Amino acid sequence: MSVTEMFSCIQGFLSADQDVREDIRKVVQNLEQTAREILTVLQSVHQPAGFKDIPSKCARARELFCSVRTQMGELKTKFPAEQYYRFHEHWRFVLQRLAFLAAFVVYLESETLVTREEVAQILGIEVVREKGFHLDIEDFLAGVLIMASELSRLAVNSVTAGDYSRPLRISNFINELDSGFRLLNLKNDPLRKRYDGLKYDVKKIEEVVYDLSIRGLAKEAESGGDK
Amino acid sequence: MNKREGEGWSRRNAEAAQERDVHANSASPVIAAFKVFQQELDTRHDKHERLVKISRDVTIESKRAIFLLHRVTSVPDAERPPILNEAEGKLEGVRQKIGQIAEELRGEDIFQFHRAFTAGIQEYVEAVSFLHYIRHRGLISLEEINARLVFMKAENPDPKDPAEAAPSGAHVLTFQVTPADYLLGVADLTGELMRLCIGSVGNGDIDTPFQLSQFLRQIHDGFSYIGNTGPYEVSKKLHTLRQSLGKVEDACYALRVRGSEIPKHMLADVFCSRTAHLDTEEGVV
Repeated sequence: MSVTEMFSCIQGFLSADQDVREDIRKVVQNLEQTAREILTVLQSVHQPAGFKDIPSKCARARELFCSVRTQMGELKTKFPAEQYYRFHEHWRFVLQRLAFLAAFVVYLESETLVTREEVAQILGIEVVREKGFHLDIEDFLAGVLIMASELSRLAVNSVTAGDYSRPLRISNFINELDSGFRLLNLKNDPLRKRYDGLKYDVKKIEEVVYDLSIRGLAKEAESGGDK
Repeated sequence: MNKREGEGWSRRNAEAAQERDVHANSASPVIAAFKVFQQELDTRHDKHERLVKISRDVTIESKRAIFLLHRVTSVPDAERPPILNEAEGKLEGVRQKIGQIAEELRGEDIFQFHRAFTAGIQEYVEAVSFLHYIRHRGLISLEEINARLVFMKAENPDPKDPAEAAPSGAHVLTFQVTPADYLLGVADLTGELMRLCIGSVGNGDIDTPFQLSQFLRQIHDGFSYIGNTGPYEVSKKLHTLRQSLGKVEDACYALRVRGSEIPKHMLADVFCSRTAHLDTEEGVV
């Protein structure tokens, strides 16, 4: 094979590759749009008025996740299933955001940590690589970490809205999450960088809890809850 | 006030730490989930480290093969085959190592770990295409490279599950060099060819430089044809390629111009000094 033939063969491969990337980018743009819409719906829980209406906001978000599932289905058709990691960078960011949103919805509904299976099910994808388009574990963990900083914000705002018991529950939850992350041996990678931010979220929530307890507000909330 | 606040903090922190420990010990679902994550991440990182290690070995051995091949210019024709055979032997060793990579990647997505071994593979492409050029004066194709990266592995009887060990006894493993890695390896090859060219001028070989300049021009045209459709690293290497090509073309120019003036028997001396001149130029820049 001559040099020229060889290069034109490779050129053909490269432009096919670019076409695939172009297709993926289009679908990912739609996914980002939907993710922003869900985020807007969920952001309103930080408003004083939003606290009373968390279930309906979660329901609305769940509806929007339906279109995420369709878009994910479309994304799956854009490239061969076994080449997931070749194009991973294109949807890594949006997948982390979506994992965060799914985890946040589940937390608001049941105050528990979402499992990876649940996130995968909400997004309409698989858990393990062998079965097709899946949720990479690092992306899942990154999503959970984004949720932690969202929760520290929620703790502050729930105090403002007069809900004094929520910060205590968030504190317990975040502490558990923190001890969970301590079990991991992270490398010096983006996930580790993000994990390093978790301690500030923990600190922030502890401050809120502290402020509440020295003023006796935490007790009040507890007894109020018992009644 | 300050002091009391400080006390409050330390107590609060101690409590929090205690709480954390209690949680860590308890079998809460969160902790249980994270134990699974820990395992999965550790497995993945271990595999990555093993691949990086193999890739380093591949790089080192390939570099040695390239150095060995550079010696062919300074020996008489009769002594070349042993050197080529020795290089071939080294590359066979490298292929065994790539076989280990293929073994590690069995059932995995090769792009997930691609960053771990891409450097080694590029170096291998460089070495194998260099050998191919010296032997055949042509560019090795991607298919030819991939065709040699097929490995037969004897099936190890699985100690955990002997029933599952295949009775056929062997399986075939292949390793596919990606077109991008091939391209980057070929870009590196041009640097070696430039060295080969200058080296052979130094030895009074006046045919090789012309062949090389032609070959390099073809490769350069190929890379220009690809332009910026390729990965980012390719456009970076294109610059170095131009420099290499420039040096080779200068050498050919000098041969042509001064070759007609100087009697044949003095050529070698002229080009020895010409290379010395080139080298000092390089030193200055």
